[in-house]
Amino acid sequence: MPAGIVSYGVYIPKYRIRAKEIARVWGEREDMAQNLNVFEKSVPDIDEDAVTIAVEAARNAVKRASIDPARIEAIYAGSESHPYAVKPTGTIVGEAIGVDHELTAADFEFACKAGTAAVQACLGLVTANLIDLGLAIGTDTSQGAPGDALEYTAAAGAAAYIIGRENLAAEIEGFYSFTTDTPDFWRREGMPYPEHGGRFTGEPGYFKHVTSATRGLMKKMRTIPEDYDYAVFHQPNGKFPVRVAGQLGFSRDQIEPGLVVPWIGNTYSGSSLIGLAATLDVARPGERIFLASFGSGAGSDAFSIRVCDGIEDVRNRAPKVRDFFENVRYLDYAVYAKHKGKLRL
Amino acid sequence: MSTVPRFWRHIPQRYNLVGTHCEKCDEYYYPPRTICPNCRRNAKMEDHKFNGLGTVVTYTTIYNATDDFKRQTPYNLAIIELSEGPRLTGQVICSPDEIEIGMRVKPVFRILGKEGDRGIIYYGTKFVPVEGSV
Amino acid sequence: MRSVSIIGAGCTRFGERWDDSLRDLVVETGIMALEDTSVSGEEIDGLYVGNMSGGRFVEQEHIGALISDCAGLSRLHVPSTRVEAACASGGLALRQAVLAVASGYSDVVIAAGVEKMTDVTGGVAADALAAAADREWECFFGATFPALYAMIARLHMHRFGTTREELAAVAVKNHHNGCMNPISQYQMEITVEKVMRSPLVADPLRVLDCSPITDGAAAVVLAPTEDAHKYSDAPIKILAAAQASDTLALHDRREITTLDASVHAARKAFSQAGLEPGDVDLAEVHDAFTIGEIVAIEDLGFAEKGEGGKAAEEGLTAIGGKIPINTSGGLKACGHPVGATGIKQAYELVLQLRGEAGKRQVEGAEIGLAHNVGGCGGTALVHIMSR
Repeated sequence: MPAGIVSYGVYIPKYRIRAKEIARVWGEREDMAQNLNVFEKSVPDIDEDAVTIAVEAARNAVKRASIDPARIEAIYAGSESHPYAVKPTGTIVGEAIGVDHELTAADFEFACKAGTAAVQACLGLVTANLIDLGLAIGTDTSQGAPGDALEYTAAAGAAAYIIGRENLAAEIEGFYSFTTDTPDFWRREGMPYPEHGGRFTGEPGYFKHVTSATRGLMKKMRTIPEDYDYAVFHQPNGKFPVRVAGQLGFSRDQIEPGLVVPWIGNTYSGSSLIGLAATLDVARPGERIFLASFGSGAGSDAFSIRVCDGIEDVRNRAPKVRDFFENVRYLDYAVYAKHKGKLRL
Repeated sequence: MSTVPRFWRHIPQRYNLVGTHCEKCDEYYYPPRTICPNCRRNAKMEDHKFNGLGTVVTYTTIYNATDDFKRQTPYNLAIIELSEGPRLTGQVICSPDEIEIGMRVKPVFRILGKEGDRGIIYYGTKFVPVEGSV
Repeated sequence: MRSVSIIGAGCTRFGERWDDSLRDLVVETGIMALEDTSVSGEEIDGLYVGNMSGGRFVEQEHIGALISDCAGLSRLHVPSTRVEAACASGGLALRQAVLAVASGYSDVVIAAGVEKMTDVTGGVAADALAAAADREWECFFGATFPALYAMIARLHMHRFGTTREELAAVAVKNHHNGCMNPISQYQMEITVEKVMRSPLVADPLRVLDCSPITDGAAAVVLAPTEDAHKYSDAPIKILAAAQASDTLALHDRREITTLDASVHAARKAFSQAGLEPGDVDLAEVHDAFTIGEIVAIEDLGFAEKGEGGKAAEEGLTAIGGKIPINTSGGLKACGHPVGATGIKQAYELVLQLRGEAGKRQVEGAEIGLAHNVGGCGGTALVHIMSR
């Protein structure tokens, strides 16, 4: 029985900081932006966190397809910046969108792929007929250590997907995951900033897992890159997804609508799911989308998605990804540091 | 506010602008009232979820706040009249020179405060100008 | 109901009284009030004390029993009652005392007010004061007490054209009056420019628009008018003691730029006294913030709605003006120990009506009015007295 995306919603905060402003403060080369293909990144407001932006994204998803929140029977929220180490993000989001109490919820963590893992969990419950609708969220207000390379890209954003069996906007035809124990990027409990293995995060991390998951899925589905109209890869910067697409045989045109990182940075658990939303914002019924996320630690979830007629009914009824690129406000480094709580008060 | 039950009790009201409506005299109340001032014990009160669209009636920008809100100053506070009629007090997120009497606003979900580094986080509703927001 | 008079009055110096505790202030004012009259301790049959927040400021409740004890009256087992209406606690204590004597239930009653605010830091004090507003639906969303009055000011300026300079003129006048009042916290002149340059608290209100944090206590002694001459050469008769309530939160008011509680209390008071605003020679009004005085003189009937702004700037409310307002220095300059203010207002009227107000004396003062507000208008008390 087909199952998939009934609705989707995103939220990206209004503030931005330019890569060249960060470079200015740390005395680094002016062309960092070109180097990373990330020109600016999103910055949360002082009163925003992974929960509040998840709520906004979930509210947009509910609104987009006029979902009755009482039908949502599972909420899985994935993040690496849950504000509480103990007390789930999912229950706060649930209350804020008006679910009733007959549901299951839990929070997920798997670096940047916690959101796609949440989608898989919802798919399981939905296809087994154990729930009516499931809400999967990838949300982050991630932190990059001041002066570290990741500071150029660690951004804030959230995407929410409502998974079900009827009135599909897009069907998830199949998925395949590739997971190993690879410590390429991590954060210890209680520490404010993550650590990473530098160049080790590339080949043994991102590229190995994304290519393995992609090839694994295409073998399982008996598809080739040309069968897809679009492809979305996890976007830690603007270079990796372009390179991996090339390695796998996808064209620049296929990945273009979903490539949002140059303008919003790496939204971590939101990253590939926001890229998918940007693609759904333009894809037409019958078109096919390939999605591969990546989470450090490490793993990649690959999905084959076919857009349904239902997309036309819902697409325009809530903000699109590129709507969040309008009316942005730029911050200087000092105000940015205040917003991100990097100044100890 | 440093009390878990007192915060928890009003979560629907703070997250989702759930107020009350007197069916007898058709008056809407947010924050919610149990007793309708018009009908008092003859009232017929039911819950009502407000859509949150409103207009700024008056406002100020706070530069000097209590300890809980110190990090956020300056911030705007306004009395907002909701489209169904009642007025509430809430923060409006925009720069101090943008806010004006008559501005149309809509609700957003934000952190209202925190109990230091170890206590709970209070979430609730603030407002942004309709113009220039997504 | 019989007529009531004030037969004695006292007030401590207002300010940051580091050496004195709440109990010390109560004793100081009690002695002053009683030495102003020939009443003896044994004749006192009731105590009322206004205190907003002993619990938050000095972790002490049960203030009624406390002041009876401090006054040495516990052995006489005098009934002692603490009343609270935020910043109107003092005015409320006065009215309750008046009712006790007027009803015939008691004969000699003391109405006192006290607040000790400087034993905690400024942040804690601000939070304690915020309890005068609606904690759940105003403060929790980020409102501070000055912010509420600032919103009243903003709308008053928008609707009636009241200017920033007109607000400043209120503070300047009250400081000028404070210089002539020995008990005033501030005894320095200020200028409109100084007000306008002081830091913003809640736009448009600046530091010098706001009354300070103050320690202080005041007390008056009441007796039936028919017996007053036994205790005092210059008893002051209370012609009216009126009170009104309104919604707690500013957003629930009928009209944000009018404190209906003040309007209704004033109306009842003038009716009780058989007088009109034009009969009043001077008034102590509630200027917790400069806008408070402007709105008060409109609500009490001394100026038309919207015209209050001009009054201070044009000298109408100066000591020699048409209707002197806040000759004591008001809350702004004299200080605002919350629970004590309402009684201090009565003390100032007593001095003025007796002709004992020195350099700040209003010539020929015969009728005085005291106006005390709780929060941003949830409670209002209006008392009218005469020589």
